[in-house]
Amino acid sequence: MSERDSGRAVATFEDVTFGYSETPAVEAVSFGLDAGDFLGLVGPNGSGKSTLVRLLLGLDRPDAGRVRLFGQPAHEVDTGTRVGYVAQAAATAGRKMPVTVREVVRMGRYPHVPHGRFRREDRTAVDDALATVGITDLDTRRLGALSGGQRQRVFIARALATEAEMLVLDEPTVGVDAASRESFFELLATLNREGMTVVLVEHDIGVVTTYATHVACVNRRLYFHGDADGFAESDALAQAYGANQRIVEHDHDHDHEHHD
Amino acid sequence: MTDAGTITAVVDSILDAFTALLGFVGSAFCRLFGAVGVDLVCYPFMQRALLAGVCVGVVAPLVGSFLVHRELALIGDTLAHAAFAGVAVGLFLGSATALPVSPTLTALVVAVLASLLVQLIAERTDTYGDVSMAIVLSGGFALGTVLVSLTDGGIAVSINQYLFGSLSTVRREDALVLSLLSLAVVGIVWRYYRQFVAVTFDETAAQVAGIDVTQTTRLLVVLTAFVVVAAMQIMGVILVAAMLVVPVATAAQLSRSFRESMLVAVVAAELAVVVGIGLSYSYGLAAGGTIVLVAIGGYGLALLVRRVGRR
Repeated sequence: MSERDSGRAVATFEDVTFGYSETPAVEAVSFGLDAGDFLGLVGPNGSGKSTLVRLLLGLDRPDAGRVRLFGQPAHEVDTGTRVGYVAQAAATAGRKMPVTVREVVRMGRYPHVPHGRFRREDRTAVDDALATVGITDLDTRRLGALSGGQRQRVFIARALATEAEMLVLDEPTVGVDAASRESFFELLATLNREGMTVVLVEHDIGVVTTYATHVACVNRRLYFHGDADGFAESDALAQAYGANQRIVEHDHDHDHEHHD
Repeated sequence: MTDAGTITAVVDSILDAFTALLGFVGSAFCRLFGAVGVDLVCYPFMQRALLAGVCVGVVAPLVGSFLVHRELALIGDTLAHAAFAGVAVGLFLGSATALPVSPTLTALVVAVLASLLVQLIAERTDTYGDVSMAIVLSGGFALGTVLVSLTDGGIAVSINQYLFGSLSTVRREDALVLSLLSLAVVGIVWRYYRQFVAVTFDETAAQVAGIDVTQTTRLLVVLTAFVVVAAMQIMGVILVAAMLVVPVATAAQLSRSFRESMLVAVVAAELAVVVGIGLSYSYGLAAGGTIVLVAIGGYGLALLVRRVGRR
């Protein structure tokens, strides 16, 4: 972190430890994220990836160490208009609730317009977001009637409608078919090339090394942080997954990070 | 004149104005429908019952839409049983102190307290556990029955109308209270629609979007308490929850958008209330039960329409 250009830093983790029970879910983790990075966050199941995301978004506060986002302690940041978030299992969410594609994408503007009428710029942002992910023609469809891949794009469009500086996605393609997954990650890479900072939690290592510019490999502790090419050449993966074998019997009781 | 006297005088004049307004609207409806042989709108007690029904038909599906799609429908039932304890408190205080205590108002106070208790338990345990909900539900009902047994014989008669609902016992002050509650519910849902929708759809994303999920949920459960107390009068505490759930389930079959589903739910609920009250009046049937059966019939019809529509 210290060698980073602080003007470009979006987020920093400094010696962060946090746990839901006595065993920490993440321990002594330090890394940084710069504007324009596409960070892939990898690790085995229950390794603390989702926990790091919650800390990054300020939803949880570290037990020790500091998490800073946009130059402030993460929990003090008003993330509403600055971060677009796509939750785990978003592809399977909202099946039952009657809600149209456009209604979901409009929710991305709510941080800008909590009450009152949408302005022209809000409607434009919604239309642009629908167009960017290629679902303009689906806008009056009910969300529950879409395929997993289409639904995924709806959630990205909601995040884009916010016109945020950073996208945070927590295993977004669970339940999405292979072809849709690929075009989805292409979309993320395109957004990133256009300047969007992306944080992607992903269990598929191949995806991360293909599309991400940077990789953080965690299993409670940070095993690797650097550019994607360096990660492919390192043995961090074997170490991180190997470590899991040893701690697995202690780890299953906080495996439920958040599957809501 | 004492302060209490002033308050009584003010309340009385509000009640008189409210009664006059209701009478004016009622006689207009009476002229309209009386001409075609529908005389039930011509009696003041039925006018009050219909007003109660129409209010419930609006507010129950509005709040129910957020509860059902967050899988919190059981909260309605829980708060209804807590409201029953509130009714018993009112009747008990009334007979013990000989003060004119309104059971509707004590029900409101107890239901709101119970809603905050349920919410507090949920916040502490991170879940709306069915165990904690069942404890508040049965605890409320148990407290109610004990208080009833502590009071003289007369109370047992009036408790029935709260358990099963009644068209004939909606008093002027009850009609006023539930009109005000309904206005409050509509106003608050209107004002905080986006917050409620976002939290209902995706809690974590709503939190990242800067919405205070805890406060929004507290507001929702308090609104549920309002609806339960407003609906209790004609529906009875045992059947109140149906109005929060059934029209919403009907609308979910027929609607694409959430906005549309709320509108369809209100229409479904109003149909159930008006048809139910009409049948109840004509054939001397239990009002709450008739309304709920009509509502469930509507749900069955919606399932059928959807199945046919898919072909």
